[in-house]
Amino acid sequence: MHSGPSSIVLSQTGGPLYQQIMDQIKQKIAVEEWKAGDEIPSIRQLAVDLRVSVITVKRAYLELEREGLIVTQHGKGSFVATGIAVGPHLYEQKLSVHLEEAARLGTTIGMSGRELVSRLRKALDEVDDARPVSPKSLKESQ
Amino acid sequence: MNDVCVRLEGVSKRYPHFLLDNISLDLPVGSILGFIGANGAGKSTTIRILMGLVRQDSGSVQVLGHAMPAEQTAAKLDIGYVSEDMRLYGSATLAWHMNFIASIYPQWDQSYADTLVRRFDLRPEQKIKGLSHGQRVKAALLLALGRQPRLLLLDEPTTGLDPVARREVLAELMAVLADERRTIFFSSHNTLDVEQISDRIAFIDRGRIIALEEKEDLLDRWRRVRLVVPPSAVLPQFPGIVEVGGTERLPVLITNHFDPAVVSLCQDRGATVQSIDSMTLEEIFVANVQSRRELQPA
Repeated sequence: MHSGPSSIVLSQTGGPLYQQIMDQIKQKIAVEEWKAGDEIPSIRQLAVDLRVSVITVKRAYLELEREGLIVTQHGKGSFVATGIAVGPHLYEQKLSVHLEEAARLGTTIGMSGRELVSRLRKALDEVDDARPVSPKSLKESQ
Repeated sequence: MNDVCVRLEGVSKRYPHFLLDNISLDLPVGSILGFIGANGAGKSTTIRILMGLVRQDSGSVQVLGHAMPAEQTAAKLDIGYVSEDMRLYGSATLAWHMNFIASIYPQWDQSYADTLVRRFDLRPEQKIKGLSHGQRVKAALLLALGRQPRLLLLDEPTTGLDPVARREVLAELMAVLADERRTIFFSSHNTLDVEQISDRIAFIDRGRIIALEEKEDLLDRWRRVRLVVPPSAVLPQFPGIVEVGGTERLPVLITNHFDPAVVSLCQDRGATVQSIDSMTLEEIFVANVQSRRELQPA
């Protein structure tokens, strides 16, 4: 009943609901399921579809607006912002979260900065090994 | 959106073993309030006062612009009320009940009611006495929803429902709110339901409102902070700590006034913040009630 291109799937164990809505909208924009300039569901409509409160969706939309990913025009609706490259932006944010987490964990177990950096290099090598080999990445890892 | 649908001001009601103590609360039109409390906290009493079924000893009650209980006849035309102790006629069928309600309330929408019959998986020709508890709850909800009231007053609408039925009921409540002129006030001790669909949250404990605010603000204020405190360092103090658990070296603090500055504050004192976790409404409710009860034993 609630499927279709705008469907968002919320998890009861997946953290704050507004955050889940934000993350999934960002992903939709990143993969261009929702394209620049597209009208997105109204706050109330999405709330009804997702069975979550209006205020939760409103919060997600406000934060997305603040980040410049969507724009809301009074009386007209909300739209995906134009002229932004969301894909890189989205992964950039994720990366800083993970890097911070790694730094914090490293500090907790008393790991030196140098050690942490070498661990990151090792992790990079592992990812490179798993990646289909292209001439460029071969050069970089050697 | 700014009109007020429900307003309680300084409402008290005394019973031999219970006091509903100076309740003030308001709910804007178009929103949904989740009313959370332990058993015997005063949820049903408050809802009965809103419905005009119980007269408050003092304080004023306005529902849809009507003073209660004086103007309850006018108010009730537009209130859909469902509670556990509401009885349907056992030897009559659901269809009979639908006709009965339709004959009283001109706003009754039979085609919407028919849709609900299917969604709630009910059979109109079945007699009420043959229904399970969950089916009775759904039948009572259907009879209230079908009237399209401007205010739904629901006392524990999801209690005793199986997970599938609960989802259906929550979906119907949200569908009601697609119309911005309609408002829902519901009590529950299922905090998961409340967390999902409420705009505003009220906590009631021992007859007093102990929290009343927008759900997102409430969830934002409360955090569980896990720390690592080396032997040389001291446990940092920060605002709003309501609970200290864990051990001396690995304390777990709960704060109701979280501020991101806590991380640097801890580092200055030689402690490390391991994690800062948001809390579920249930965890917040329990922490809130327990911290208050410790300060003020019954």
